[in-house]
Amino acid sequence: MRIGIDVGGTNTDAALIDDDGKVLATVKSPTTHDVTGGVAAALAGLGATEVTAVMIGTTHFVNALVEAARLEPVAAVRLGLPATAALPPLVDWPVRLREVVEGATYLCHGGHEYDGAPISDLDPGELRKVAADIRRRGLRSVAISSVFSPVSAGSEVEAAKILAAELGPGVHLSVSSEIGRVGLLARENATIVNAALSRLAERTVEAFGQALRVAGIDAPLFLSQNDGTLMDVAHARRYPVLTFASGPTNSMRGAAYLSGLSDCAVVDIGGTTTDVGILAGGFPREAAGEALVAEVRTNFRIPDVLSIGIGGGSIISSDGTAGPRSVGYRLTEQALVFGGSTLTATDLAVAAGRAAIGDPGHVSEVSYAGPLKDIEARVAEAVDRMRTSSAPLPVVLVGGGSILIDTLPGFTDVRRPDHFEVANAVGAAIAQVGGEVDRVFSGPREAVLQEAKDEATGRAERAGARTGSVRIVDVEEIPLAYLPGDATRIRVKAVGDLDLEKINA
Amino acid sequence: MDIDTDTLPAFARGCAVLGSGGGGTVAIASVAAMQALEDHGPVRVVQAGDLDPDLLVMPAGTAGSSAVMLERVTGTEEPVHLRDKVEQLYGTRVGALMASEIGGANGCMAVAWAARLGLPLVDADGMSRAFPGMNQTVMQLRGITPTPAVVCDERGRVLVIEHVTGSWLERLVRSSLEAFGGQVASTEYVLRGRQVATATALGSVSRAVHLGTELPAPLITGKIAEAVDGILVEGLGADQGRLVRLEAGSEFVAVLEDGRPLACVPDVIALIDTRTGEVVQVEQVRYGLRVSVVRLLCDPIWYTPEGLRLAGPEAFGLTGLHSPPPSPPGFPCRAGTGEAS
Repeated sequence: MRIGIDVGGTNTDAALIDDDGKVLATVKSPTTHDVTGGVAAALAGLGATEVTAVMIGTTHFVNALVEAARLEPVAAVRLGLPATAALPPLVDWPVRLREVVEGATYLCHGGHEYDGAPISDLDPGELRKVAADIRRRGLRSVAISSVFSPVSAGSEVEAAKILAAELGPGVHLSVSSEIGRVGLLARENATIVNAALSRLAERTVEAFGQALRVAGIDAPLFLSQNDGTLMDVAHARRYPVLTFASGPTNSMRGAAYLSGLSDCAVVDIGGTTTDVGILAGGFPREAAGEALVAEVRTNFRIPDVLSIGIGGGSIISSDGTAGPRSVGYRLTEQALVFGGSTLTATDLAVAAGRAAIGDPGHVSEVSYAGPLKDIEARVAEAVDRMRTSSAPLPVVLVGGGSILIDTLPGFTDVRRPDHFEVANAVGAAIAQVGGEVDRVFSGPREAVLQEAKDEATGRAERAGARTGSVRIVDVEEIPLAYLPGDATRIRVKAVGDLDLEKINA
Repeated sequence: MDIDTDTLPAFARGCAVLGSGGGGTVAIASVAAMQALEDHGPVRVVQAGDLDPDLLVMPAGTAGSSAVMLERVTGTEEPVHLRDKVEQLYGTRVGALMASEIGGANGCMAVAWAARLGLPLVDADGMSRAFPGMNQTVMQLRGITPTPAVVCDERGRVLVIEHVTGSWLERLVRSSLEAFGGQVASTEYVLRGRQVATATALGSVSRAVHLGTELPAPLITGKIAEAVDGILVEGLGADQGRLVRLEAGSEFVAVLEDGRPLACVPDVIALIDTRTGEVVQVEQVRYGLRVSVVRLLCDPIWYTPEGLRLAGPEAFGLTGLHSPPPSPPGFPCRAGTGEAS
């Protein structure tokens, strides 16, 4: 048996799944300020202790960035001089966050060209001076980035060794080639965010482990990553930024699992927003370019999600339009069906007989047809924007707010599977282990493609996937314009089943 | 007029519009310009008529892969190396900088470099938009010699190219890109103050600022209905029932409805995301995106027979097409006020 837990901003959802993949029990409890309280309550609610693994998806780290709270000041070290000097680290950050996170920035020599040739030689003396300054300032978190490190990580790795030797084990080092992909500023930003979260990650992961022990569970703990795969506790401590988008990813993966579909659109309707994503081959389609997270430009692997301001708690204005304002978690006090005085989207659904929540007598006078039709039209438009062709596409509805939707204009196959309200926790419980490669290759196409696939498979196996269960789920080739030769950026993703024996070994 | 940290966002958006879907992304270049303006203060924009006749004007820009620019983001020393070498070659001080290409990233790079060099920026450029070839300039059409041209990187590796035509310059610079790591800074078609009024596209900087806040009415508003096998825009709202096809290479080069051109290169064709207001580049087009398609005329010289030979439809592999007359009539337009409406 496995337990999947999704720690959201409002609710902590949990699901217990047996070895045949059947959902045995589910529970929703309010998220607590210390995060682990909600986890403990969810575990107690499920009441199972004989489990083989616990998977947690959490928005705790991304929320820390959004709130600019609980963050560590970072020393940002970039290798690439004399290139890149016009745009120092943190140049494009919002001031409020920059003030909290910027410990010091250093531009140093090193870095590579697109073909791996050095831009300039790494200067150990220069880096030792940087280390001395970091020590003098008392900074305990360091982010290292270097030009074209996804092609050649040599400079970064070498610099990390020098800084680690100078600064000692008490200082956290985040290295950009392990976190982001091509696009220096965006990758560097993600690395700085990761370094800023390092202390919080240690504390949180420790607290999750404590919650498990208190509940009497002795099983390995995993955290969900942005791409729907798992990382173990040691990895999670080092790469908290890789959990940022695990919420929508888990919902979509759970939707796929519960509906039995691997290629579909997923509409996750919560209390305030509707998130629309596309599943291809059972995994979320990822955003191609840069993603703004708390106004910081990043480019790590996150699902391509379109959010619109419609949810179960959306306030209906006098002209019948839903959202974007929402009563949020106060739905059970403020909605008409709960005796409140605010007309919400949930009231419309109850009035239309789509849901049995609260007291339907409070909404018997409500005219629901027009506003609900408008909600369906807007959600349908969002789904249409997300798909890549006009070919028919099934739509899976999940999340507590999905009771708002009956049909979607333009879509004939719309379904809401059992356990739709805890799809995110189910998604966490069923997660697999993955490995990814994303860098620039040069050489004959067939040979470099095979090289990339082998590398991704190897990474998945090293991350804990059972040998033989690993398959390639995504291949993307991007020829680089205006570059001579046959330089091609190749992304390959491989996933396999979690091998618990490997983890325990 | 000055370009300062307040006017830069509008200017950068205008540059993106004038990129006609290409010219490299302004995302990085506009941050570089913002940083340079913060470090060195505003850039003074000067009119062609106010230039000393003998003043040396240095057109400047970058060439190469925008994928490389995303990673090996710009340094601070490229404009210094260009200026020093030009001053050595011409035996006189550079008095003003001009954008080689106003459209796309290079418009913003010109502001960054003018700020770093403390030079005024001429309210003009070499193209009045973005074109893929560095010889597709008004200077080329007006008989200004492209050489000596200077190519360099941020490390101060400098290449001087002499005695070649515009098309040979393009060929030599492209072939040097691999050695330079896929991206270079360059200056070519260096000119004197007296030549600016007749041999460049005038008013480009002020036009970009203007376009950053105000665009003409679109040709069509709708959604991308096909993005893999050609680009189709299906009309929505008032345009319901219409269907237009976009032709694109590195830039958008034609808009066709029932086989009839609504716009065609050298016209600037800009796609605007109707939800975010962002300018959409060719490689960002995908199914379902809600867009408006906007047409802008470019400098009148591009509509002359010589201009069309260098950068008209046939230079982009389109045969039998031509830019339709603007409506309301007013063709040829003056650069700087040439928006079709």
